[in-house]
Amino acid sequence: MPDTLALIANAAGKLTREGLRMTGRGGTALPGLVALTLDPDYITELSSGLTHGVICVSGTNGKTTTARMLADITRAAGWEPIHNRSGSNLDRGVAAALLADANWYGETRGDVGLFEIDEASLPGAVGRLKPRVVVITNLFRDQMDRYFELDALAKRIGDALATLPEETTLVLNADDPLVANLARRRDANTIFFGVEDQSVGGTIPQAISDATRCPRCKAPLTYKRVVLAHVGDWSCASCWLGRPPRDVSATKVVLGDSWSEISLAGTIGSIFAAVRVPIPGLYNAYNALAAIAAARALEIGLTEATSALANFRPAFGRLETVELEGRTLRLVLVKNPAGFNAAIGALLETGRKPRLLAALNDRDADGRDVSWIWDADFETLAPTVSHAVITGVRGRDLALRFKYAGLPKERIEVVDEWREAIERAVSLAPKGGEVVVLATYTAMQDLREVLSRIGVVAPFWED
Amino acid sequence: MDLRIAHLYPDLMNIYGDRGNVIALSQRAKWRAIDVEVRSYSVGEWADPDWPDVWFFGGGQDQGQDIVGADLAGKNGAALKKSVEGGAAIFSVCGGYQLLGHEYVPETGPSIPGVGILDATTRAGKTRFVGNLLVNAPDAYLIGFENHSGRTYLGANAKPLGTVVVGNGNNGEDKTEGAVQGKVIGCYLHGSCLPKNPWLADRLLGWALARRHDAVKLAPLDDADEKSARDQATEVARTRP
Repeated sequence: MPDTLALIANAAGKLTREGLRMTGRGGTALPGLVALTLDPDYITELSSGLTHGVICVSGTNGKTTTARMLADITRAAGWEPIHNRSGSNLDRGVAAALLADANWYGETRGDVGLFEIDEASLPGAVGRLKPRVVVITNLFRDQMDRYFELDALAKRIGDALATLPEETTLVLNADDPLVANLARRRDANTIFFGVEDQSVGGTIPQAISDATRCPRCKAPLTYKRVVLAHVGDWSCASCWLGRPPRDVSATKVVLGDSWSEISLAGTIGSIFAAVRVPIPGLYNAYNALAAIAAARALEIGLTEATSALANFRPAFGRLETVELEGRTLRLVLVKNPAGFNAAIGALLETGRKPRLLAALNDRDADGRDVSWIWDADFETLAPTVSHAVITGVRGRDLALRFKYAGLPKERIEVVDEWREAIERAVSLAPKGGEVVVLATYTAMQDLREVLSRIGVVAPFWED
Repeated sequence: MDLRIAHLYPDLMNIYGDRGNVIALSQRAKWRAIDVEVRSYSVGEWADPDWPDVWFFGGGQDQGQDIVGADLAGKNGAALKKSVEGGAAIFSVCGGYQLLGHEYVPETGPSIPGVGILDATTRAGKTRFVGNLLVNAPDAYLIGFENHSGRTYLGANAKPLGTVVVGNGNNGEDKTEGAVQGKVIGCYLHGSCLPKNPWLADRLLGWALARRHDAVKLAPLDDADEKSARDQATEVARTRP
């Protein structure tokens, strides 16, 4: 039972929540902020009694998708997850999810906390949430005006994880040298995941690699395969540090137009199962591996996990589609170079010549520094683009990026207003055709608002 | 006509999208029918230090800067100096800019020597300067995004690139931003810098081409898109610094 202060915070947060709902404004983390202001320990108080404990999902890319997969998996196991599903991944978002689930006495209906945590907040959050499982998908350069340098961030996360009790299981990406080395303590409970399929990835290091040096001895890393940026089959020729043995791995990955299929293997090499996830892209295969590895840490059966994944529905903007005036909009959230390159890879794999609607914003949640677009591989994308309508607060920077990547002037059009930009892009596509929408975080929110006003999608808080 | 561009330590000094500067130099030369070759120069023995017409040196993480600093303390630093004496140009940003100065003085511990090509010294600061950076230079203004904790102070031989209008620049005290010394430029402008500041890109191209070609006059380009990106970014800098 939460203490008195937590109960007061709970009541105040719930009142705020009710007030917002009555005035038609849902889906904000404000109630969470109110609760935390009254009781900074609110999330610790409410989450400590959960039967199945707390799962934290963090990393640069894929945390929303992985957390949603885990929500489906835990539900398939008969659990009731409390999930900060709307994507608000700071403490206030966690508090808001707990508020929404708890009654006026601070008793939760849910029995497991499933929290997507912003990677910069993770060091503090694990101390407050005392998670049973921590999943880290990958670490890439992202919004450097906020996260600063990646080495420093990895160090802070590693320090924080080292303070957790030994019962905590760390679920880590073995293919990312920065993530694989986050488990510093010898007695740490770990489950590593990775991709074994030799046909996945190339051999050439990518320009956006953030870990070209060994995390232990600083000698240059060598790669047998590079999957994305610094993720791949890495090793250090100097101190012999290499990928840790994978507890859950994909021996084969087959990528389709709108799905990806992975063949799973465990440590002993026996094939468990083939899992088909109904979203395309290699990075979603990684997300599925992370979710399955986490399920194993939670002792949920593989059958429940794979059947939940087979019916998975992606979050808004994660390659899912929306129909508008007889055209299909395929929505792709892009927010950092690695995510951009992965999404572009997934799109072009199937030989598309995309008609684009691209939007760049520089609000706080997007990262105020738009420099990252120059790291992203527009040079691969540009020759395939048949037309691009460009918008957003910093749309003109994006148009310039396309110009320098070699997209001819007559194929680029800047339209400042979102609504007009959507109409223009749709009118240029033939009936039955597809428009690929690339947008940063707040640009995707703006788009969703326009689409929900037109009535083709639900407002995001009803998701 | 041809242009040789050297990208210094692209594997270690490559954060904040500084690669866009190499893209801008290459494209603006190619659009004028100048042949371009870009080569990487990283840690270890440099094959041909007399080859480049222009060097680009970007920002890096602390770990990268330590390794690069050690590499430049040896033969490669001397080679870079010799190349500048031979007429090559350098464009450097953030960490690269700091390493071209005399030294970097951390909060604790011994100072890290730089190459000394620029008459500048950098000290560690307690807070980080993060935000849009608008600079008034003698010829035109410069727009970009700064993200650094080092405070750089110029000696008598280096001239500031311009005066800070919005942001902090070199040190947040004397309103200067960047440094120019001969054909060597250093600055704190990410963004990337050169695509949105095409006049500076062309200045560097002119310097670089002059090393092996006589009296180069660069044909004008249609910079309408560059101008409109500059205007939008400047508006953002003025309203949301």
